[in-house]
Amino acid sequence: MTGKKIILHDMCLRDGMHAKRHQISLAQMIAVATGLDEAGVPLIEVTHGDGLGGASVNYGFPAHSDAEYLKAVIPSLKRARVSALLLPGIGTVEDLKVAHDCGVASLHIATHCTEADISEQHISFSQKLGLDTVGFLMMAHMIEPEALAKQGKLMESYGANCVYCTDSAGYMLPDDVTARIAALRRELRPETEIGFHGHHNLAMGIANSLAAVEAGATRIDGSAAGLGAGAGNTPLEVFNAVCHRMGIETGVDVLKLANVAEDLVVPMMDRPIRVDRDALILGYAGVYSSFLLFAKRASARYGVPSSEILLELGRIKTVGGQEDMIEDVALNLARARKDTQAPA
Amino acid sequence: MAIGRQENLMSDTPRINCAIIGSGNIGTDLMYKALRSRWLHPVWVVGIDPTSEGLALARHQGLQTTAEGIDALLPHIARDRIQIAFEATSAHIHTANASKLKARGVVMVDLTPAAIGPYCVPPVNLAEHAGRGEMNINMVSCGGQATIPIVAAVTRVQAVAYAEIVATVSSRSAGPGTRKNIDEFTRTTANGIEKVGKARHGKAIIILNPAEPPLIMRDSVHCLTDAEPDQKAIERSIREMVAEVQQYVPGFTLKNGPVFDGKRVSVYLEVAGLGDYLPKYAGNLDIMTAAAIRAGEMIAKEISSGRFVPAPTAA
Repeated sequence: MTGKKIILHDMCLRDGMHAKRHQISLAQMIAVATGLDEAGVPLIEVTHGDGLGGASVNYGFPAHSDAEYLKAVIPSLKRARVSALLLPGIGTVEDLKVAHDCGVASLHIATHCTEADISEQHISFSQKLGLDTVGFLMMAHMIEPEALAKQGKLMESYGANCVYCTDSAGYMLPDDVTARIAALRRELRPETEIGFHGHHNLAMGIANSLAAVEAGATRIDGSAAGLGAGAGNTPLEVFNAVCHRMGIETGVDVLKLANVAEDLVVPMMDRPIRVDRDALILGYAGVYSSFLLFAKRASARYGVPSSEILLELGRIKTVGGQEDMIEDVALNLARARKDTQAPA
Repeated sequence: MAIGRQENLMSDTPRINCAIIGSGNIGTDLMYKALRSRWLHPVWVVGIDPTSEGLALARHQGLQTTAEGIDALLPHIARDRIQIAFEATSAHIHTANASKLKARGVVMVDLTPAAIGPYCVPPVNLAEHAGRGEMNINMVSCGGQATIPIVAAVTRVQAVAYAEIVATVSSRSAGPGTRKNIDEFTRTTANGIEKVGKARHGKAIIILNPAEPPLIMRDSVHCLTDAEPDQKAIERSIREMVAEVQQYVPGFTLKNGPVFDGKRVSVYLEVAGLGDYLPKYAGNLDIMTAAAIRAGEMIAKEISSGRFVPAPTAA
């Protein structure tokens, strides 16, 4: 792996929004982003956890609008570029225009791994604007490598110059990642980059990301201090140190990034980002990472163990965006408990 | 025995001839419902793909078909006395077709998110459309038909600042038209939530889920009221509205809710279809086609009674 060059893409200000219920302040965003920039992180994602247009009852209303966050962060950076996430079905092409006007340089357009064709209008619009256009295939553990590669091919055909295999549930093991990245590498044009986005729910973030690099990924997502949904993303400062040890070139300073994580991101956390029981169950069951805090809240409100709620969400094969089903499942489980407890 | 303006109890009143534009999932399901209608007589199905199953099924039912698109239908409109057309193609195609049909005096029921005409959500505003002589009415979207009645059920009790709907459909029930129109779906549905649902601000989200066996359509409605919710009145209003919708979509079910959490009122619905063409899980199609047929029948009654005389109109 020595001599491989990769791009580290920080997620703590977008995926981290999930862990913060979308309440990161403008000051925090600027401080962390400038720290990351100083450390040499080339690409930083800034958006509501659920992407442009995610502000809603279903996902949560953020402390500030995407435009406010982007306009605060982008002018404060010297070298790093900023990306934004968009999920068709939640955000629209209009939201892409706003992000572009704010100075976003890269757009990550995300669909469930089997539904690439809902992203055609968004990917082609982004490409026409001349932006770095990334097709982001979520919950990639839910389809076989060859099928994933076909979906990636579709996104490439719409104009994506990079395609991601996304382990939204933190379910995958290194062999799963290798198979998918390799399939994408075989199917896509040589000039199309491949990326990997990991979650740490089975503590596999680092191992999975290394497997991805080995199989041909040149972009790796992670978060400073792991701040992200579920048990967090691949902890970026740890992965960066591992890369340095292995001779993989990231261009990111080990100590400076570790300082950002320790001094700026950790103090921001509402609760420690770790593989707690709920995050473990979530990853094990293959459930979308952002469901974690919703499941904990529904558990508290309806008196049903969060692990039961998460297991049921996995059993019925929910996909990203289906936060509404969490309260629905909790209500069903609560009612079933009451029924079994009712006197004969 | 006076029939007058009553329901078409005898088959004295001739049905109004209609065309269906779009031979995909929605168009074909529409055809089967139209064939059962006492007010509508489907005579043509128009498609663009000669291998389309919908066109074959239409021919099997004795309808005339073309795979050459709308232009192949135009010469037949006068001769076949087509007065109503249902369009289930895509927003951009409908926009092109609408003026051609309007110019020939055909009333359009638009099932795409093009929304050239005003929105029709039958349990909320069907009666308002009668007598207006509109040449084009829009059915919003499948998610809109399932949820706008519930939003309206809340707003008729008290003011709603914001209403949001989340429509989750099985991947199998979302055809190419839907997939190309995701943005249009969210915009048109949000507009419908505001204009017909009467929430001050609306938002719509759509999610496709490929699970097998295919999931039955789910719709969640979240309203944020201005004042503390009047829980009893809202609950009663919602139950009454659910019963209304069930009259023409029996598979429309209140699964959970209304849940009250501060000023949040949330309702969780499931919509199972009748299974006319697509299986029952595609409740999203069924509620659309059922609503469109209701709208079409209202127009047919207006034409039959002489209250509405659609005339060729320049676009």
